[in-house]
Amino acid sequence: MSGAREEILASIRTALRDAPPEVEVPRGYRSSPPPADLVALFDERVTDYRATVTRCALVDVVEAIRSALGDAARVVVSGDLPYPVDGALDDDLSASELDAVDAVVTTAAVGIAVTGTIVLDHGPGQGRRALSLVPDRHVCVIRDDQIVAGVPDAIARLDPARPQTWISGPSATSDIELDRVEGVHGPRQLHVVVVRED
Amino acid sequence: MSATFVGMPAFPDAARSALADSQLRGNLAHATSTIRGKRAQVVGEVSEWEELRLAGAAIKDNTLHHLDEHLLRLERSLTERGATVHWARDAAEACAIVAGIAQQHGVDEVVKVKSMATQEIELNEFLAEQGIAAWETDLAELIVQLGDDLPSHILVPAIHRNRAEIREIFRAKMPGAPDDLTDNPADLAAAARLHLRQKFLSARMAVSGANFAVADTGTLMVVESEGNGRMCLTLPDILVSVVGIEKVVPSWDDLDVFLQLLPRSSTGERMNPYTSTWTGVTPGDGPQEMHVVLLDNGRTRALADEVGRQALRCIRCSACLNVCPVYERTGGHAYGSVYPGPIGAILNPLLRGVGHDKQLDSLPYASSLCGACFEACPVRIDFPEVLVHLRSKVVDAHRGRAERGVRCTLRAERPVRLGRAPKPEAVAMKAASWALRDAGRLGRLERLAGAAGRLLARVLRRSAPGGRRVLGSLPGPGARWTTARDVPAPPTESFREWWQREGGRS
Repeated sequence: MSGAREEILASIRTALRDAPPEVEVPRGYRSSPPPADLVALFDERVTDYRATVTRCALVDVVEAIRSALGDAARVVVSGDLPYPVDGALDDDLSASELDAVDAVVTTAAVGIAVTGTIVLDHGPGQGRRALSLVPDRHVCVIRDDQIVAGVPDAIARLDPARPQTWISGPSATSDIELDRVEGVHGPRQLHVVVVRED
Repeated sequence: MSATFVGMPAFPDAARSALADSQLRGNLAHATSTIRGKRAQVVGEVSEWEELRLAGAAIKDNTLHHLDEHLLRLERSLTERGATVHWARDAAEACAIVAGIAQQHGVDEVVKVKSMATQEIELNEFLAEQGIAAWETDLAELIVQLGDDLPSHILVPAIHRNRAEIREIFRAKMPGAPDDLTDNPADLAAAARLHLRQKFLSARMAVSGANFAVADTGTLMVVESEGNGRMCLTLPDILVSVVGIEKVVPSWDDLDVFLQLLPRSSTGERMNPYTSTWTGVTPGDGPQEMHVVLLDNGRTRALADEVGRQALRCIRCSACLNVCPVYERTGGHAYGSVYPGPIGAILNPLLRGVGHDKQLDSLPYASSLCGACFEACPVRIDFPEVLVHLRSKVVDAHRGRAERGVRCTLRAERPVRLGRAPKPEAVAMKAASWALRDAGRLGRLERLAGAAGRLLARVLRRSAPGGRRVLGSLPGPGARWTTARDVPAPPTESFREWWQREGGRS
């Protein structure tokens, strides 16, 4: 199949002999005015997906995490999570061991107000991708200065070289009669804690 | 999926049986009206929506017009990040590459993320022949796979099934499905979660597609809802992604357009629950061996069609299906392809060519040309323009025979028996051209028609609103045309006769 590459490229070049010149891409959408209160909008839009949002001051974050974890007995965190979580397991678990864990606590890289999205780039505090996927409850702590207005702001802030997971609400499906139902393969409960940096 | 679309009848015949299925029509009407409402609401929230559509179309056009350069950049970026790039001219080559990777690792079971490209190349069937089981992990794909059924929608392949039917499929076919399973969608989703969890935890190899492939960085992106995609992209050691060559976008920044357009057009959400991006191999996180199969399979043929190539902008959102009055009534199976609806009506003939297959040739006619698809399309594919263009290509493909065909038809009632019979439109156009070419000939024909009109005026009982006399069903080749239309009776007097009678005065 070594000829496939050359043959495909040659077909493309033949097909494009009459190709028109480049057109300009309108980019006005990148400068549309941001919403007035980003954090309030983020809160509202995340809640719309039937996720839970808690807003707290930095001094109250440990208590907010504890309350978000609720009755979760086995909790896992990445070793570099900047907030203490009592009795949390370190992530040296196999996929099956992770499956026996009730909840995970992570930080995030960016929050998007307009779409109610948290983005993990699996940097410090966030762990590898499986960590925030297999346990059934995900508690995600985000600082209010990490929240941006829209998708273009998030794309501009994020590094494509890192793996990313964009999360908008708990796992859901629209596959039965096109109605959104929460809870398929990813975490069925998503709890977002927004920390005010004073 | 063991069933395939092979041997599907042409669209009008397939549509007729679909229209008779009242359960199907009920399911489709319910689902498409739900999604239309959701889409309208979230699109209405975005004040710059029209500009985003223009931007999406422009980015895709610019990329397609330099596709060779972008693909080479993508190949270089992917290779630098530790992925292996393969090129596949057609379905057979792509399937062989995927199977070869599995066999090389002694894998006899793979988990799959929903992917149109792998549906298109019928990868599951090929892997099954090689003794490799492919598990569809998307809920709707699972419903189709377990039900030994065919997909009927791009986004929701089981849209033709309602909850009660899905419960019956799960109870009959899903190992370990509880006996008291209800038809509550949440319970059905929970049953699927339980069924697939062990597969995810033990799978060594996953197969995915990609919604976008970024040339600059080598980043691939999968947009999904359930988390099955994240499982497949994260837990196994080996990941193979089959990516159509038109999925490439030039730079990471361009995704700020498509991540706004796609979710709102597709599931009618501000954002879909999960989007995963990965750029080659990340040490210690996710698959450590990655392959990307760049697939042509007719895309370069579509690219060569200067009107039709805009169909390659498609981001597979399925908004065109949900707004289409034809799709809503016939469902997806009638289109005989994994790409149904308006996009299927143009993409299938573009990928596979016209003039050699009755079923493909029928697809550009599976439209009323109302244009709702064009309005809904996030990348502004001008469906009516492409449909009309493809209709002309279908007629052209049968031309050449038309000359002889018309002569036969006009000279005698001898039926035309040729390998490729001319299309009735071509025959009619030739006949009209013959009649209109000569004024004397036209006058004689008009007098003949006038006589027929006067005769018919006396015997016709049918009249249209306004009192116009109309003919009933035409005989012969006109019969199908008149099943849903009235043919006006010929006027008793032609315009030229009237003009003459009036002495040229108005």
